[in-house]
Amino acid sequence: MSDIAQKVKNIIVEKLGVEESEVTPEASFTNDLGADSLDTVELIMEFEKEFNLPIPDDEAEKISTVGLAIEYLEKHIGK
Amino acid sequence: MTFKRVVVTGLGALTPIGNDVPTYWNNLAAGVSGAGPITKFDASKFRTQFACELKGVEVTQFIPRQEARKMDAFTHYALIATDEAIKDANLNLDTIDKNKVGVIWGSGIGGLKSFEDEMIDYAKGDGTPRINPFFIVRMIADSASGQISMRYGFRGTNYVTVSACASTNNAIIDALNYIRLGRLNMCVVGGSEAAVTRAGIGGFNANRALSERNASPETASRPYDKDRDGFVLGEGAGSLILEEYEHAQSRGAKIYAELIGGGMSSDAYHITAPHPDGLGAFLAMQDALNDAGIAPTDIDYINTHGTSTPIGDPQELKAIHQLFGEHSFKLNISSTKSMTGHLLGAAGAVEAIACIKALENQLVPPTINHFTDDDEIDPRFNLTFNTAQARSMTTVMSNAFGFGGHNAIVIFRKLS
Repeated sequence: MSDIAQKVKNIIVEKLGVEESEVTPEASFTNDLGADSLDTVELIMEFEKEFNLPIPDDEAEKISTVGLAIEYLEKHIGK
Repeated sequence: MTFKRVVVTGLGALTPIGNDVPTYWNNLAAGVSGAGPITKFDASKFRTQFACELKGVEVTQFIPRQEARKMDAFTHYALIATDEAIKDANLNLDTIDKNKVGVIWGSGIGGLKSFEDEMIDYAKGDGTPRINPFFIVRMIADSASGQISMRYGFRGTNYVTVSACASTNNAIIDALNYIRLGRLNMCVVGGSEAAVTRAGIGGFNANRALSERNASPETASRPYDKDRDGFVLGEGAGSLILEEYEHAQSRGAKIYAELIGGGMSSDAYHITAPHPDGLGAFLAMQDALNDAGIAPTDIDYINTHGTSTPIGDPQELKAIHQLFGEHSFKLNISSTKSMTGHLLGAAGAVEAIACIKALENQLVPPTINHFTDDDEIDPRFNLTFNTAQARSMTTVMSNAFGFGGHNAIVIFRKLS
């Protein structure tokens, strides 16, 4: 697993209080990991802080699963 | 119309001298101080380096971690104290009409540390606002009553009163009136505060309200002593279940006491200093006696506001003397803030509980830390110095005054 993927998992485990084993690439924040809309906003904000990367709102709205988050971050970090 | 009677059927306390009501009461009766060096932050550069902090509170024993992190400490304290009060009231949550159960809570400040932390975090950045989406809901004072209602499904009247250190007494009086009018069957009332933070200590230091007796924290809160030099900041919560009398009787509830009246006034004088003649305090106590329909001579004990500030303490006594006359020397007076410190908006909550336990045990908790008489204070007052006093009591009064000139008084009576 990439460094980015591990950091993303850690943030999700910390903020949503779920087990790491639940944080699979397909897992949806709201449907599978029990997040509400504010939790999702908080997650995106934590990603922005951790990776020092602003995520525009229209992009943030599309990041609904663990895999999509990792994919977005891996694509944009260091570019 | 005939007002309904209101009784107290449950108590919960989370205080610097005890994390539940039995421990709190035992330590009140024994004259234990809750003060000590500040552990919550590095206070070495602050004028005051001590406070009455809570000890050994495991929040996650009461609130799941995922919920707890979306709340400020003052809301944690509210839920923990209310957990005890609900259990104490022995409520069957499946059979009561929850639409007629309200929550009216008091907090002077709300989520001070949440505000502080978020803005410090923001200031460390480059100006890009990455404000946590839970920031506002952690901070706002009404989170406490909202969270209590969500936990138990109480769908009646719900809000938080803010009148600085009088906040809880205002909450109690509002609930009293709603239940009297039949608008609610029950109401969770109380208050919580969590202001032992950099902003809290620094702010009260700046307006010279706090004791600076760093060499001896446990003797710093000394109401009515000649050498008192300010209040000691405390934190925690108190929760009470108020219930309509017949509702309580019909479910066979244990009834601690009847809440027979409340009085309110404003000094209309100064934002921090009390009126020099204690006018607002006088008017509020008089209003409370009138509301309860009793005479001054009916009061056996007054749990005073008595914060241990040089000007506040004698002015309250002046007002008591003016209203109670000769009887002011016959009743017992004490300030339990000498032990708990000053819990600001939660002061009225933990002091109402002190009054109710005093009635139950027929024992007046002391004003500890009396060393030297003050010439300004009439020695004929029985200020219950240093040791609890056994006394036959029927009716007790609890005083609370807040910055802004708010005065709110409640009166409890043993059920006859």
